[in-house]
This record gives sequence, structure tokens and C-alpha cells, in this order.
Amino acid sequence: MQTMLKIRLIAISLLLAGVFLAYFAGANFFRPGWFLGNIGYRLGLDLQGGAHLVYEADVSSIAFGEVSESMEGLRDVIERRVNAFGVTEPVVQVQKSGDSNRLIVELAGVFDTDQAIQTIGQTPYLEFKTERAESERDKILSAQENDEFILEDPYFVSSELTGRFLKRSVLNFDSTTNEPVVLLEFNDEGAEIFGKITKDNIGKRVAIYLDGFPISAPVVQSEITSGSAQITGQFTPDEARTLVRRLNSGALPVPIKLIAQQSVGASLGGESLARGLVAGIYGVLAVALFLILRYRLPGLIAVFGLAFYVVLILSVFKILPVTLTAAGIAGFLLSVGMAVDANILIFERMREETRWGADLEDAVETGFKRAWPSIRDSNISTLITSTILYWFGTSIIRGFALTLGVGVLASIFSALVVTKVFVFAFGLRNSMFSFILYGVKRH
Amino acid sequence: MLIIRFRKFLYIFSFLVLATSLFGVLAYGFRLGVDFSGGSILEVEFLGERPDTALIDQKISDLNLSSYRVQPAGDNGFIVRVGELPPEGRQDLIKALAGSDEPEKVLSIRRFDSIGPTIGRELRRNAFVSIALVIVLILAFVSWAFRHVSKPVASWKYGVVAILALIHDILIPAGLFAYLGRFYGAEVDALFVTALLTILGFSVHDTIVVFDRIRENLRKSEGVGNFESIVGKSLDETYGRSLATSFAIFLVLASLFWFGASATRYFALTLLIGVIAGTYSSICLASPLLVSWQKRSGKLN
Repeated sequence: MQTMLKIRLIAISLLLAGVFLAYFAGANFFRPGWFLGNIGYRLGLDLQGGAHLVYEADVSSIAFGEVSESMEGLRDVIERRVNAFGVTEPVVQVQKSGDSNRLIVELAGVFDTDQAIQTIGQTPYLEFKTERAESERDKILSAQENDEFILEDPYFVSSELTGRFLKRSVLNFDSTTNEPVVLLEFNDEGAEIFGKITKDNIGKRVAIYLDGFPISAPVVQSEITSGSAQITGQFTPDEARTLVRRLNSGALPVPIKLIAQQSVGASLGGESLARGLVAGIYGVLAVALFLILRYRLPGLIAVFGLAFYVVLILSVFKILPVTLTAAGIAGFLLSVGMAVDANILIFERMREETRWGADLEDAVETGFKRAWPSIRDSNISTLITSTILYWFGTSIIRGFALTLGVGVLASIFSALVVTKVFVFAFGLRNSMFSFILYGVKRH
Repeated sequence: MLIIRFRKFLYIFSFLVLATSLFGVLAYGFRLGVDFSGGSILEVEFLGERPDTALIDQKISDLNLSSYRVQPAGDNGFIVRVGELPPEGRQDLIKALAGSDEPEKVLSIRRFDSIGPTIGRELRRNAFVSIALVIVLILAFVSWAFRHVSKPVASWKYGVVAILALIHDILIPAGLFAYLGRFYGAEVDALFVTALLTILGFSVHDTIVVFDRIRENLRKSEGVGNFESIVGKSLDETYGRSLATSFAIFLVLASLFWFGASATRYFALTLLIGVIAGTYSSICLASPLLVSWQKRSGKLN
């Protein structure tokens, strides 16, 4: 009887834990602001709407060892831009994929992707170019007459100096002409490169390119070692001011190109979320009904186990937090179906044992014990699949793989611990009544 | 056991289904989604009544895009797929659809995906890598599960039959998708591949459960009784569990298919078909095949 008491105590504490988890899983959803109610689920872009942008950085001008550093710099700059955009929890990630360096930007709740793309891409890419040698220039020019080397700039050739080395930029006005002048100040490394460029090009022009277009090409008078330069173009004061602001908010250390974008409107996002919830509720209810109809009392207990499993998983999603997507909801639902499998294996085994004449209590005991290898094996293949999917998948697939994998692990726990404790806590006697409750036939 | 006795009919049935699937795959191939092929997809919903498809078609053809396809979606919307789209092309496309310079007054944009060719290539490659890896690991798992040699059927034969069942379970949803692609414009995307891989895991395990029971019963029988009846007995003992599990999974997937988000509709359908095929093959195909094989090699010896 001692052990019975212990099992019932465990059952009660599991029940209480379940109630708490249920509250935690549901808090904020129904009534935000209560105890723990300010922790919400993290919804993926496909459920709340927003934009997912993938940029590829052109690092061909960066020394091999400095690539990751400049990618970090790029991320910081873009992050600042995105923050200025006023997005809650923006995601800006550097991703290396094979040879290409990517930047992933996720903006939840941003529906005007054109504006977002502009805000991000608008960041100027500043470049300094030096004059090409005359012979080379003429060669390209004549080749271009034959429609060759069309993309080659015949007059200037890129130098090492880019906006990456810019420390800051200031707006000034020329004291004599009163024209706006943009002052550039380089960092130490930049100053050194600039010194070298000016030294090598005295009497020649150095062109300043912004976003691929020349904005000014002054002739170098003397070597400049101070690390400051100035751009005098034909700007209006307003244009000059904008340019300075853009340069200061971060010149991109490397040029970027948008290679993929996905955006989901608010209406589709909300609809997907609502439909996902409805599908989840109906799916779980259908499974619960099926379990009770087929397995009676153990089925009912399994439904408790299942409910425990659902609130446990939802709480895990909240705590980690797992980003929920439409595919993630599908993975979660599939794991509910698979979670039931563990219970079914146990109950079918129990039925079999009683059919062979075992006591109810023994049958329950062996049911749990003998079903374990099958439960383990059955989940191994699913775990293999979800691990690989997580590794190789895009964010959509990852959402599915993660919820499926976490779900499978939690389902083992709920079947082997929660259901077992509840089954034993009910107490089992070999009466006609409990046979009916258990839905077994004696031979 | 009826299934064992009437196995020849089941073989004919399976053969017909497989032949139909294979025909679909070979004759129609797959329609690749934008995530694999690269390109753009735009889904809009008109605030009022949607215009005629032919009219929309006409408007888009005026844009001189490399390739495009218009499909009505939902009650008031359209899905437009286009090949390469320049950055400013999105606005032009939306304006053309709306027939106005202020498109937000006429329609709302539900989603817009644009995948460059590099990403498309990469996703295709990743799909192949993950399929290959899953198959290799599942094969390793199968050979591990059947490492104990047992008589009268060599353990590798269980493995071969399990893999045959696997191919069956993958080919059927693949074939279905070839037909759906041909007649309803369904596309094969990363989610489809994910569904196939999930089916792989499910199918192999479902087959293993039955085979496990066969071997357990073979051990218990200690040579008494013929192989056929032992397989029949094992099937009797396991099909209840198999059907119950599949039915539970069927319930959640059906709910996902009927009520769930449109993004996961075909995904749920693929899984649904895969689960049905997997359950069918593990009960009605794998074990009978084992019996047939044993009988055949018995005759040869």
C-alpha cells in the first residue's frame, strides 16, 4: 500500500504540474499581463506576416582572412539600418553557404517590402578608383567599339580603398564658393591606403564612386597622409546632407545583392495561424475521441497523458523559444499522432497479455516493459529524419524538423512516465468491472 | 490469415497502383516550385470582385516577362508565377494586376516569394543531399535492426523486402504529385521532399514492427509450424497496432489537410498518402513478399 500511496502522490503532482503547464502554455494567449503572461509564442514570418530577405555579399575585394570580419561589420551596419526602421525583434544573420557569404534579414510585421529593401540597400557603397594606364584604357575603348568588355570601366580601376575604412563624414561648406563639401575621415588603415594612393597618383585623377556611379574625380595635388579627403560634387546642400547621414550610418564594407525574398501579408499570416490552431484542436480532439472509444479507461488515461504532452510541448516552445511556423504546426501535429503510437503499443501489448491469461496488473507491467523496444525503434527513424532535415533544411523545414523532433522526445516521456503513473494510480483489480473498463476479454 | 492466402491479388493490385504512379512520374514529371527552380510567385487578393483570368493574363503578357503562369486562388485571388523578375518588376507586376497605379486600393498582397537561381540550385542540392543521407542512415538502421540471422529466411532478405516496401511508399505519393502537378498545378517544393523523408522514416519503422514480431514468433516456435502460418500469426498480432497508430496519424493529418493553413495543405496530403501507403505495404505487401520469397527459394533448393 505504501507504493500505491507514493504512486498516487506522484500522479497528483504530475496533475498539478500539468495544470501549471497548461496555464503557462495558455497565458498571454487568452489574457496577457497575468502571472507569467507576458511571455508569448514566437511566431514565424509566415504566421505573423513579414519579410525574409537573403542578400549575397560580394567579398571578392576582401582578403581571405578578413572576410568574416567584414561580414560582421556588414551585419552591424544593416542591423543599425533595420533598427532605425522600427521593427520589433529584427533578425540579421550572417550565413556562410559554400563559397558564398550571405546575410539574412527577417523583418516581422513589415509588409511594405519595397520600402524595407530600399532602406537596407540604400546604404551607400563608397569606392575610390584610380586612373587606368593610357595603353590599357585605349585597348578597352577600342574593344568596346566592337561590343566587348562592355561592363569594364575604361577610365578608372578599383583600388583597395572603400567605405569600409571610413571613420566618419562631415558636411562642410567651401569658404570661397560656399558650395557644400563632404569631408571624409578614414581610420588608420584607410589613411595609410589613401596616403599610398595619393602618392602614386600625383597629377592624376582619383575618382570617388558611390553605389557604382562616379560622383567626383578630383586631381591629386600632393600626397595626403592625414587620412582625410573631401568630395566636392555638384550637390545641393540637401543632397550633401543626406549623403553624409548615409555615410555615417554606415558605409557598407562590402557590396550586397538581394538574391531571394519572401514576404507574407498580414491577412495570409493571420489566416494561417488561425487555421493551424483550428486544425490542431480538431486533430487532437479526434485522436482523443479515438483513444477513448478504442481503449476505454486506458484510452482516457492516455488522453490525460496526451494533454500533458501537448501542454509540455507548448511550454517548451515558449521557453526555448521555438519559432512557430505553419510547417512547425504540422510537425507538432504529426508528433501528436506519433505520440499516440507509444500508448497504442503499450495498450495493444496489454490486451494481448490479458488474452493469454495474465493478471491485469501483470499485463500492465509487461505491457509497458515489452513495448519499450518497439517504442524506441519506432522513434529512432523519425529522429534520424528530423535531425537531417534540421541540418540541411531552410528555415521552413527547420521549423518542421524541430517541432517533430522535440515532439517525439516529449512523447516518449509522456507515454512512459505520465501514462504509466496514471494507469498505476488508478489501482487495478481483477474484477469484471475493470476488465470492461480496460476493454479486455478473458479466455 | 487471409492476407497471406490472397497475396497474389494484393500483388496485382499493388502492381497496378505502382505502374500508374510510375507512369505519372515518367510521363508528366514534376512541376518544380519556385524554391527549386528559382523565380517569383505572387499571390494577391482582390478587395472586390476579381477580374477575369483571361484579362489578367493579357495584362501580364503586356509586361514582356520571360515566362509566367496565372492561376485563380481562393475566392477572390490569383497566384502568378513568373521566371526571373528584376527588382522593380514586382511593383510593375502588382500595378498591372491591379490595373491601377495605386494597387493597394484594388487588391492586397498575400505573399511574394522571389528566389534567385543560386538559392534554387542550392536548395535542390540540399534536397538531394538530405534524401541521400536519410536513405543511407535508414539502410544502416534496417541492417542494424536485422543483424540477428534467423532461419528459414536469411536476415538480409528482410532488409531487401523492407526497402522494396519503402520504394513502394515513396513512389505512390510521388506519382500522385505528378498527376496533381499535371492537372491541378501542384508543385514539388522543399516541403514535398520533407514529407517524403518523413514517410521514409515512418514506413521503415512500420515494416520493422511486423518483421520483429515474425522473428519473435519464429524463435518461440522453434521450428514447429511452417513459415507461412507463422507470418500469418504475426500479422494477426500486429495489424491492430499498425492500423490504430496509422489511424491516429491519419486523423491529425486529415485535420491538417481540411482545416490547416493553405501553405501546408499539399504537405499534409503527401504525408497522408504516404502513411496510407506505408501501412498498406507493411501489412499487405512486405510480409506476403517474404512468404513468397521463402517458398520460391524452397522450391529451388
